[in-house]
Amino acid sequence: MAYKRQIDRLPIIPADADEFNVTCHYCIVGCGYKAYTWPMNRQGGTAPNQNKFGVDLSEQQFMETEAWYAPSMYNVVRQNGRDVHLVVKPDANCVVNSGLGSIRGARMAENRPSKVTGTQQQRLSDPMVWRNGVWQPTSWDDALDLVARVTAKVAVEGSEDDIVVSMFDHGGSAGGYENTWGTGKLYFESMKIKNCRIHNRPAYNSEVHSSRDMGVDELNYAYEDYTLTDTIFMVGANSMETQTNLYLNHMVPGLQGGAKMIVVDPRRTLTIASSEQYAGPENVLHLAIAEGTDMVLFNALLTHIVDQGWVDADFIAASTFQGGEAVAQDSAHPAGLGSLEYAMQTCRTTLEEAAEICGVSAADIQKAAEWIAQPHDDGSRRKCVTCYEKGIIWGNDNYRTIGALVNIALATGNVGRIGGGVCRLGGHQEGYFRPSEAHVGRPSEYVDQFLIRGLGGVHHIWACDHYKTTLNASEFKRVHKRRSDMVKDAIDMAAGGTREQVVDAIVSAINAGGLFVVDVDIIHSQIGQNAHVILPACEANEMNLTSMNGERRLRLSEKYMDPFGNSLPDALIAARIAQHMERVLREMGEDAYADQFQGYDWETEEDAFMDGYGAAHTAVTYEHLRAAGNNGVQEPVVGYENGQLVGTTRLYTDGVFTRHGREDGKALFCAAGWRGWQAPGKAREQAAHRFWINNVRANIFWQNQFLDQDNDFVQDRYPHPFVEMHPDDMVDLGLNPGDLLEIINDNGVTQGMAYPMPTLKRNTVAMVFGSPAGSQGNVVNPGVNELVLPDYKHCWGDIRKISDATAQTRGISFKSHEIML
Amino acid sequence: MKCNKLVDAGRRQFLRGGVMATAGAVAATVMTPEQAKAQALARVDYPANRLANIADLVVNEPLEVAYPDADSPGVLLKLGQAVEGGVGPDGDIVAFSVLCPHKGWLMSYSAGDKTLNCPGHHSRFDCEAGGQQIWGHATSNLAQFLLRVDNQGDIFAEGVDELIYGRLSNVLA
Repeated sequence: MAYKRQIDRLPIIPADADEFNVTCHYCIVGCGYKAYTWPMNRQGGTAPNQNKFGVDLSEQQFMETEAWYAPSMYNVVRQNGRDVHLVVKPDANCVVNSGLGSIRGARMAENRPSKVTGTQQQRLSDPMVWRNGVWQPTSWDDALDLVARVTAKVAVEGSEDDIVVSMFDHGGSAGGYENTWGTGKLYFESMKIKNCRIHNRPAYNSEVHSSRDMGVDELNYAYEDYTLTDTIFMVGANSMETQTNLYLNHMVPGLQGGAKMIVVDPRRTLTIASSEQYAGPENVLHLAIAEGTDMVLFNALLTHIVDQGWVDADFIAASTFQGGEAVAQDSAHPAGLGSLEYAMQTCRTTLEEAAEICGVSAADIQKAAEWIAQPHDDGSRRKCVTCYEKGIIWGNDNYRTIGALVNIALATGNVGRIGGGVCRLGGHQEGYFRPSEAHVGRPSEYVDQFLIRGLGGVHHIWACDHYKTTLNASEFKRVHKRRSDMVKDAIDMAAGGTREQVVDAIVSAINAGGLFVVDVDIIHSQIGQNAHVILPACEANEMNLTSMNGERRLRLSEKYMDPFGNSLPDALIAARIAQHMERVLREMGEDAYADQFQGYDWETEEDAFMDGYGAAHTAVTYEHLRAAGNNGVQEPVVGYENGQLVGTTRLYTDGVFTRHGREDGKALFCAAGWRGWQAPGKAREQAAHRFWINNVRANIFWQNQFLDQDNDFVQDRYPHPFVEMHPDDMVDLGLNPGDLLEIINDNGVTQGMAYPMPTLKRNTVAMVFGSPAGSQGNVVNPGVNELVLPDYKHCWGDIRKISDATAQTRGISFKSHEIML
Repeated sequence: MKCNKLVDAGRRQFLRGGVMATAGAVAATVMTPEQAKAQALARVDYPANRLANIADLVVNEPLEVAYPDADSPGVLLKLGQAVEGGVGPDGDIVAFSVLCPHKGWLMSYSAGDKTLNCPGHHSRFDCEAGGQQIWGHATSNLAQFLLRVDNQGDIFAEGVDELIYGRLSNVLA
């Protein structure tokens, strides 16, 4: 029976409730919400003058009303040491979402930690140190002293290359300009950490190197371009599922206004199904290509567009490089870059060749080219906005494939123009501001392999859980656990010793191949099981946090409640680590090194913001951002006039391309040469197993599964990670809906729940990525591209049943996700 | 299609607004002790409203109802197969709010797979699984009306298990 909250009435927001700007911190769209708080002993009334909405709440409110909130939008939280009522509801005046709430963001209130209502009791409240065989809660000073002593000793006796750091680089929940600066200053300024990686990939690198090398920043448009365009060209993305309010509030109006939709995806997604409803099936083209063949398709589209003369010749002449090869292929550039003619020498592909490799008809590829670039009957150019995400970012041959896609946008002049743009859709918001990472190098270190090889002695982890979100996860976990267990054993053996003796025992274990692990997170994560010190962080709205969304919209999401327990903003944790490092290094007589850890006298996250981002962008202050509200300002900010921040609606409107740093301002084309499976081991794995194991996302918990593992509404719907399969494949394997299964290959094993999905191709499955209850990364091989970008998407395995449906899985709905109107 | 007609009929009724709502219901700012006591119940007091008789129901054909008042449209269904929470001799009678808990659009019934579907943003709810959201944007499953059948086969609604869209109290003040 479906989970019900059994709530029949909610407290009414009084007219004088406090109001805060909130940007949803889960996904990159960054929908605007408003938070309202008021004292526990007060409540509003139904009369218009008694409530925040000024309406008569004794009457039924109608569709799309602002004067309603769901039980998930309510909680009781701590504010300035007192319990208060909290409502967090969508903001009708935010241009991003226009009052639409998502199934994630509209649960922000419910997913706040509350000792009153009992929500999110998994949140960490105090530092913990591995002692006496368990994690013992302790003070910040005690925990940080141990962190600093071990880290300093290893760095001094060995080098900073023995310190390995996993850290977020994004905005929203864990990141933001405050926290990327705090961590960045610690690891890239006070130290020069080279062996670092990002939360979802095994190195410190861009996911879109080729777009940047071509001069095109990956977030160059405005969301309104989807409404103003002729064609939406979506590749390897499923926005109805993952960026629902971008889709509903910007793409759907475009479709309803006559835009056509092209979706490149091996499976029929909900975006395709819904687009058929909104635009009519005749205006939606699904190119269901064979997995991993995107580049061939793009090259054929480009070739057809060039051969038909549908290119934007003026744009190409004015804004793109003309002199043949500009950048040669080398170890840092997996493809050569240069003029259109230069790229065409490599990219030229006929429709028939592409049809053969991609498994779609030449006629459909031609139709796509027409929808992208064929001029209108009156001769005017066609506008096309191109968007892409993990299907190719985590796909085959990342660099060349993304390059081949950006080629099309450049050739048709669809960058920097209204109704254009070629952009990644993104995952988290952005919020990157750090000292230079140049010392990391390119290609950067494959950190997972570095650790697996037994290198590195100290591992600082910030809001990353590689147990769930890395590739080759089975091996990674085995090694990480074995190495960290060596240190746990050493600590246990040194029980009763002085701090100095314990530190010596830890360092001895490190020198014997052990790994000392410090985990900074909001919950006790799975990789946190290997930690020796656990440091509790807080989230957006428990601190002030600035981030920018997928159209570079910068907002301050305001603090409306206290951090849970003794948790702190990551920026202030980084500052405290630095201060302890300075103290310990001075005690060690390392004064010069200690001096590098100065400059962290931050009292608040605002201090961290002003030390980093604010110092480089003087117009951008908390005060100005508060005034800018939930609509904020689109970066780059170019000034402050008449009491308002002045931003930039879309990039490159002047036709000058700068992301690559070239002085000529000319965009480059990519010589995207097809080479089949790029990453090692993929072809062999494909040949050896029946099922392609695609990994996918689900709107219900995308970007917040770590919280939703403690949310009853979500756990009721998906008690196990879903593995969508064609029903005929399920019959073959003797699987009923809800049965538990495991996926096996040479890399490892993972498990999930059989979920019938008749729209899937046979012998393919779609497993949710990053689940705490079954990591798809367990079965992904370690193959990466030249710049250490993982190919998570291409993984093959065999499937066997491990159990009949459980009492939980038997009761859930397995009906089609597609709308039946 | 019948289901879409239901939407249209329902929308007309719904958008017409609160014709049944209490007129001029501005709460008194100072309550007498008696009033305070009357309003101090921890949960709302649900009416027991007769929705229909079993004889009125045809398997898999939705019957428009409203509960707890005329401004809260719902659907009464005889699914043809016993479901958890179903009432009546066959254990297959259920009733749900048809206001989508996402943005309050009126949903239509799909007899083909026994679901309620929102035309606004494509959320879907399973009438055979207690109104579980199959896929969508709502942050709750669908509000279900608690039913009782008496000896004459009259079907009464006597409660609701989720907050109905558009009201902060399931029974309006």
